[in-house]
Amino acid sequence: MTLIKTTYNRRSFLKTGSLAGGGMILGFSWLASCKPTPEQVNNIPKEWFDINSFLKIGDNGMVTIMSPNPEIGQNVKTSMPMIVADELGVDWKNVIVEQAPLNTDIFQRQLAGGSQSIRVGWSGLRMAGATARHMLVAAAAEAWQVDASEITVSAGVISHTASNNSAGFGEMASKAATMPVPEEVKLKESSNFDIIGTDRRNVDGPNIVTGKPLFGIDIQEEGMLIAMIVHPPAFGLTYKSMNANDVKSMPGIKDVFPIDAYKDDTEKQWSDGGAINKLVAIVGESTWQCMQAKKALNVTWEETSALESTKGHDEALTKLLNTSSKKPARKDGDVASAFRKADKVIERTYSAPFLAHNTMEPMNFFADVNGERALLNGPIQTPEFLEKTLASRLGLPVEKIDIKMTRMGGGFGRRLYGTFGVEAAVISQKMQAPIKLVYTREDDMTQGTYRPTYKVKYKAGLDKEGNLLAWHVKGAGSNDDLLFENRFPAGAVDNYLAEKFSLETNVTTGAWRAPRSNFVAGAEQAFIDEVAEAAGKDPIEFRLELFDRAIKNPVGEPEKNDYDPERYAGVLKLVRDKSGWSKGQGNAKRGVSAYYCHNSYVAQVLDLNDDTDAPKVDKVWCAVDCGIVINPMAAKNQIEGGIIDGIGHATYSEMTFENGQPQHKNFDTYRLIRHKEAPKEIETFFVDNGIDPTGLGEPSLPPIIGALANALYKATGQRHYNQPFITEKSVIG
Amino acid sequence: MANFSLKVNGQTKEVDVDPSTPMLWVLRDHLKLVGTKFGCGIAQCGACTVHLGDNAVRSCQLPVSAVGEQSITTIEGLSENGDHPVQKAWLEEDVYQCGYCQAGQIMNASAFLKRNPNPTDTEIEDAMNGNICRCGTYTRIKKAIKNASTISNA
Repeated sequence: MTLIKTTYNRRSFLKTGSLAGGGMILGFSWLASCKPTPEQVNNIPKEWFDINSFLKIGDNGMVTIMSPNPEIGQNVKTSMPMIVADELGVDWKNVIVEQAPLNTDIFQRQLAGGSQSIRVGWSGLRMAGATARHMLVAAAAEAWQVDASEITVSAGVISHTASNNSAGFGEMASKAATMPVPEEVKLKESSNFDIIGTDRRNVDGPNIVTGKPLFGIDIQEEGMLIAMIVHPPAFGLTYKSMNANDVKSMPGIKDVFPIDAYKDDTEKQWSDGGAINKLVAIVGESTWQCMQAKKALNVTWEETSALESTKGHDEALTKLLNTSSKKPARKDGDVASAFRKADKVIERTYSAPFLAHNTMEPMNFFADVNGERALLNGPIQTPEFLEKTLASRLGLPVEKIDIKMTRMGGGFGRRLYGTFGVEAAVISQKMQAPIKLVYTREDDMTQGTYRPTYKVKYKAGLDKEGNLLAWHVKGAGSNDDLLFENRFPAGAVDNYLAEKFSLETNVTTGAWRAPRSNFVAGAEQAFIDEVAEAAGKDPIEFRLELFDRAIKNPVGEPEKNDYDPERYAGVLKLVRDKSGWSKGQGNAKRGVSAYYCHNSYVAQVLDLNDDTDAPKVDKVWCAVDCGIVINPMAAKNQIEGGIIDGIGHATYSEMTFENGQPQHKNFDTYRLIRHKEAPKEIETFFVDNGIDPTGLGEPSLPPIIGALANALYKATGQRHYNQPFITEKSVIG
Repeated sequence: MANFSLKVNGQTKEVDVDPSTPMLWVLRDHLKLVGTKFGCGIAQCGACTVHLGDNAVRSCQLPVSAVGEQSITTIEGLSENGDHPVQKAWLEEDVYQCGYCQAGQIMNASAFLKRNPNPTDTEIEDAMNGNICRCGTYTRIKKAIKNASTISNA
């Protein structure tokens, strides 16, 4: 039996009814969100009772569950309420889900990032459901004058068999709302979960397929104007002057002015990382009119720092990798002497370009700011940080700033950096009117906040028996030093050296789905494949030998090694068995890869088809250990998406620079993976181990790049070292 | 500015806009039909796909002045109750992640299935290749289109 203290969040649970306006409003917004059926209309409760901040119960047993975190397509708006509902004991079909607004008094970590929503939210969400169940049971026990421990709850019905009493949640809701909040509550045994671990379709599905306004860019408000920005065309340039008067007279244009999105004294958060302080704003009646004005506007820019190029970045990274770090990130044994003793030494360098996030919904935000308060609504992964920056920039207390969250048309890390929300607020403040800021695709793709460009050099030494004697890795990236020095194969090899370097550049960078891992996994797993080949060993067996070493006799202090070698080996064995790897059909066009990130383990086998001129991915087998899976149908979707995302970006995508200018501005030249290039089939297998859930949105992306590189080698005889692979001789797709 | 009388989702709508205005922005800004999405503005991503008559077109490249008498159908008008076979198949397969590109995918798929009710995998890939899904739901989209063809033919 798991007992959980409710006290750490007790203040939150006591604070009921503090969400916008009370129950009936929630009911109406649910009605407005899709075309209700007559049955749904009849099902709307006449009265709602706040049980705690996460949920309300209607007099007819319907339950409204708040989804606390931002939804970027990772499906937390379905899976987080599923956790609450399971502990509550309600039938899922009687649940209405509402997106919670930002409220840091009530909810913890309202942030979408690092694949942590479920992992971090797990206990609190269970507690919210279990506390409510406890209060319903307590209410029933008092009403029936029976012992609470004899009462059972199932599918929204509270029962006491001995006294032959039973009641729906709706009948007990008003009394339950008055019950004291328990000091501690019992959580369900995982074997009793009846919603967690079952396939539940996306709660927004009906709204998505009928085109309902769900996204920030869809916001329409009375008197709302459209705003667009013009940002410097190159990194290293800043605003100087413009022909604003020529443009102000264009049809529908209300105003054109430079803005200080951030001032010198603005207290910035980490989420303001890619900020461009000075921009031009165009405000008009319609989007098309603003776009016309944008074309007619002539802005003069001045140089404030070097105008960099891709060639320069590449050379600078190479130079860094040719130096030695005075303070290695990790050092075990002595690699230099081990390499001298080695029978074989292999050294390889891998590289990857800058990448844009390219969410399908371009950056946008709604803002209505006046002297007293600021109302914002839009797609943001970090609403709490946006609120802090706005308080500083607008000079308003945080209580006067309200931020609502819309569904996001993709995030991938881009919407961690809410500079567009600040820009929207500053424009609205200047106009003293509600505005919706919308970026064009070109604004979005050339604004920066890119995945850094990376280079990594690996060196491995093998003895005569093909055992790994030494491993030396040097990693470098733009504004980012790339390596996780305590991850595999650290701990599995006696002589290990990790050195990392960061290249300073004015091209702004940020987290991009599975930061660092999105490059280093593919490089490392491709290198291991080459080392295994040099050792004359099967690539899976070679890895398992290393995990075995890390299990039995880890190098260094075991707690320092940032992975569990048994779980790592577990997914590798699972994918080996599921893909029939060891059945000896030659593995002619298949590659394998395994990686750990975001607290989860993933191993993959990728098969190419028979077209050696332009190979395509036939099938991917994917084994995942992310602990308890909340919603398998949606979890598989995340895994499939990560795999396609990884294959696509490693194969086709890159952002390059000349004179500080991004060389790709739209999807005509910035290539993203398309239907024809996607794998024909992806099969996902989850390890069932009952461990508390860990990350899911990111971990399937990094390793697939290694599996692809290794399969390409098998199919074409050529190793791929530089992304995007399409720039190398062997072409996929 | 000029007046245009448009047939959208079976209704006649009047708008007063610049003749060069793409249908995408007429729909989104003036008719408040925001289901049709802005993705690239240069006909490369397919997020803005609508039906012009029976054909799937990119509304970001369709000036309002070129529409004339032809009827326009958007995602909001594809079916009265969200039960077009393609919409049903999308729900069944739980296709979407972020969902932003899906209106365009559905509009393209529904026009394609009308022309080709029993497509092969390759025909589906060819027909859908102009619609980008950044979340990578391509394998589910393909399954849903296959399922939709079965529903339609049932």
